[in-house]
Amino acid sequence: MPVTFVLNHRKVSLDVAPDDPLLWAIREAAGLTGTKYGCGAALCGACTVHLDEKPIRSCVTPVHAAAGRSVTTIEGVSGPTASAVESAWESMNVVQCGYCQSGQIMSAIALLEQKPFPNDDDIDTAMNGNICRCATYVRIRAAIHEAARTRKG
Amino acid sequence: MPIDGEVILPSRRQFLKAGSTVVTGLVLGFYLPDRLLAEAPAGSGQDRFAPNAFLRVAPDNTVAIVSKHVEGGQGIYTGLATILAEELDADWSQIRVEPAPADRGLYKNLQFGSQSTGGSNSIPNSYDQYRRAGATARAMLVAAAAGTWGVPSGEITVDEGIVRHPPSRRKATFGELAISAAILPVPPQVALKDPKDFKLIGAQHLRRIDGKSKSNGTAVFAIDFSLPGMVTALVARPPLFGATVKSFDATAARAVPGVVDVVQISTGVAVVAKSFPAAQRGRNALHVEWDESKAEKRGTPEILNEYRALLETPGAIARQDGDCARALAGAARTLTATFEFPYLAHAPMEPLSGVVRLSAEQCDIWTGDWDVSGVQDDAARITGLKSEQINIHSLFGGGSFGRRGSGASEVVEVAKAIGDHAPVKLFWTREEDMRGDSYRPMYLHKLTAGLDERGNLIAWQHRIVGQSVLGDDPHWIVNGVDITSVAGASNIPYDIPNILVDLHTPVPGVPVDQWRSVGDSHTAFAVETFLDDIAHAAGRDPYQFRYALLAKDPRAKKILELAAPAPMRSGLFAKFPRDRQVLQLAAEKAGWGTPMAAGKGRGIAVHYSFHSSLAYVAEVTVPSDGKLKVDRVVCAVDCGVAINPDVIRAQVEGGIGFGLGAILYGAITLKNGQVEQSNFNDYRVLRMNEMPKVEVHIVESAEPPSGIGEPVVPPIGPAVSNAIFAATGKRVRSLPLNSGA
Repeated sequence: MPVTFVLNHRKVSLDVAPDDPLLWAIREAAGLTGTKYGCGAALCGACTVHLDEKPIRSCVTPVHAAAGRSVTTIEGVSGPTASAVESAWESMNVVQCGYCQSGQIMSAIALLEQKPFPNDDDIDTAMNGNICRCATYVRIRAAIHEAARTRKG
Repeated sequence: MPIDGEVILPSRRQFLKAGSTVVTGLVLGFYLPDRLLAEAPAGSGQDRFAPNAFLRVAPDNTVAIVSKHVEGGQGIYTGLATILAEELDADWSQIRVEPAPADRGLYKNLQFGSQSTGGSNSIPNSYDQYRRAGATARAMLVAAAAGTWGVPSGEITVDEGIVRHPPSRRKATFGELAISAAILPVPPQVALKDPKDFKLIGAQHLRRIDGKSKSNGTAVFAIDFSLPGMVTALVARPPLFGATVKSFDATAARAVPGVVDVVQISTGVAVVAKSFPAAQRGRNALHVEWDESKAEKRGTPEILNEYRALLETPGAIARQDGDCARALAGAARTLTATFEFPYLAHAPMEPLSGVVRLSAEQCDIWTGDWDVSGVQDDAARITGLKSEQINIHSLFGGGSFGRRGSGASEVVEVAKAIGDHAPVKLFWTREEDMRGDSYRPMYLHKLTAGLDERGNLIAWQHRIVGQSVLGDDPHWIVNGVDITSVAGASNIPYDIPNILVDLHTPVPGVPVDQWRSVGDSHTAFAVETFLDDIAHAAGRDPYQFRYALLAKDPRAKKILELAAPAPMRSGLFAKFPRDRQVLQLAAEKAGWGTPMAAGKGRGIAVHYSFHSSLAYVAEVTVPSDGKLKVDRVVCAVDCGVAINPDVIRAQVEGGIGFGLGAILYGAITLKNGQVEQSNFNDYRVLRMNEMPKVEVHIVESAEPPSGIGEPVVPPIGPAVSNAIFAATGKRVRSLPLNSGA
């Protein structure tokens, strides 16, 4: 039986096993590959998406948990916070290999939605679950501060 | 063909062999060093004319630059584009970058001789080539404009993508001139810019070419690529290194909904399904009997015992100056220290992945693997097709650090085994990657130093025990020494009259490979930590002590024995004034010598690798509860001409984070042959709250560009360990600092 939820502001019905991780429903059934597999165990944050605007690890969230709710991925983020974050990421040359960055950005947007001007401790707490093996942490931190400063509205 | 003065590290398997370079002709954008040109067969000059080898100017005014190197985060797309766009006088906003197809004639790494990325030589081997490609295209655009306008080409200027004839106020874009330029002859000689006229090279802040797509989720990695009807394969891998499939029962696996096939390949048994979850369920249901008769069954403690015994016996000599034994016997004082370095995983964020579409005539491979020629050769061997029937589509690699060499052969095997009915994607789970990596080898080091009665360092003996990442290739193993096992130890720049460096290369059955900075990842730690020991014993300041030992060019020394292939020797040693300069700069910028609060310490280390000199000063806090915090790292870097200063800064920041994670937590351990770690919970890596502040100072230089991706890693370990000593008086002899997660 298909699982129905709102994905990036559009209602979708995906024909997947309800216990399958949301990550694979998004990547394979919905074909949205911006959300990444990194560990399969909620240890690295590469699979971070928003479920009703809260950041979750989609690799350990069964797809049935999203039924009737709203899921937003990197492809679907919009609004002043998301655009400030993406443009700070770009202008500050944050990325290296880039594989973890969708997850980093989803965590950063959620942080800034909750705390418009986070301090370094807030950033540590919110971002510690997102691993970057290129260790772009210096720039992720700077870009979050920059996005807080430049966000419009 | 070795480039004079360059250390050539072999790509993963495509070892350069003298005389094997086939020169097929001069093509636009393909610069051949004069020496290679001289070896070109007569009459072959025009048969490969390809005006789009390195760039293509489209009528819509975009300039597509073809990258012969794979982008895995190191910033090579941005780097190669900067170099070519500089000589072309293009506008940065009109530049696009495309990956090169597999064609080792056109796109070989000039140091490796094969189309491959690694060894921190992507910019060094491409610098002249991409400059000439850009300058040649610029000359042709100028000639096209001169012909169209009927004016002398000497009166034409080019700036930010616009070709102008100021006297007549005419102007045109590259796009407008593209078609008329394409039919012009390729000029045999072009002038390159005077570096003082560079506008893009050295610019402080160019946007990364891949910055946008990697910030909005549209960048495509091999794991993301898909084709209609594609299936997904997961491999059941042996529990021990060296074990093989004895038999398997696929009945239950095949009964899992979505599973379409189960096939044996050389590395295990592949379960092929319509989705990843189905493949995973199928693999869980699969029953495999393994033949473990030839498997490595020892644990790390047993392997360590073998190594510890070897550490007490003389090994193959890597370097010998003077008479170390006699100097030690006559020394007023001797010091000894041993160091232990664990196996390390690469753990790139994207696990190995690839997609293959195979037919009777053609094999298409989508991969982020760095050894494009190696992937092509493997695929040709497995499929029986010719090289030119193997198309490689290079995608972004989600990190490498030495891991992503040529793993795509596995998915080619699966594609062949299931027949040509469907394209197939294969990727590794994190657990497979952690337990099935080819690791940075475990190493043991023993160092002994002799001081005379005035505290001068007169003897240095350094013994290393550990596996070779290069196997037994005779081109690279000299006198029984794998040059990469001793890099950073056999070529220490310090002026010590008696030096002996020797090596044991045991062969336990644990797969190993190059890991970001290779030998320097462990040798720098041992050398620079032990130097601090000696400075302390001699009552000298660690910075002043090093500075004084860098007074003499090591290349001018009488070395009795140096186990290195002859072409590598000239580049093996630091240009010692550069080492001295970065040491001084880092010390000065860090405020070396100023007092620090209790519980805090400052440590310094300098290291030369991949032709670049770097010095780091680390500041740490070790509170009474013992939880180390690295607060700040001040870095001085000399990597020749800085093509993209911001990419260099990013590499230093990232290399510090990568290296720090390894020294704090990194260890792969074996119990009865089985890897004990499985994921990021028990193989910890650095996280946001542990990242220090990083301050980078780049030395202005007119020397050719040298490596940056790898040399940023080695100095962080010893800088931190020396800072810990300054704070606590305790020496770090064994890594990681925190064993256990």
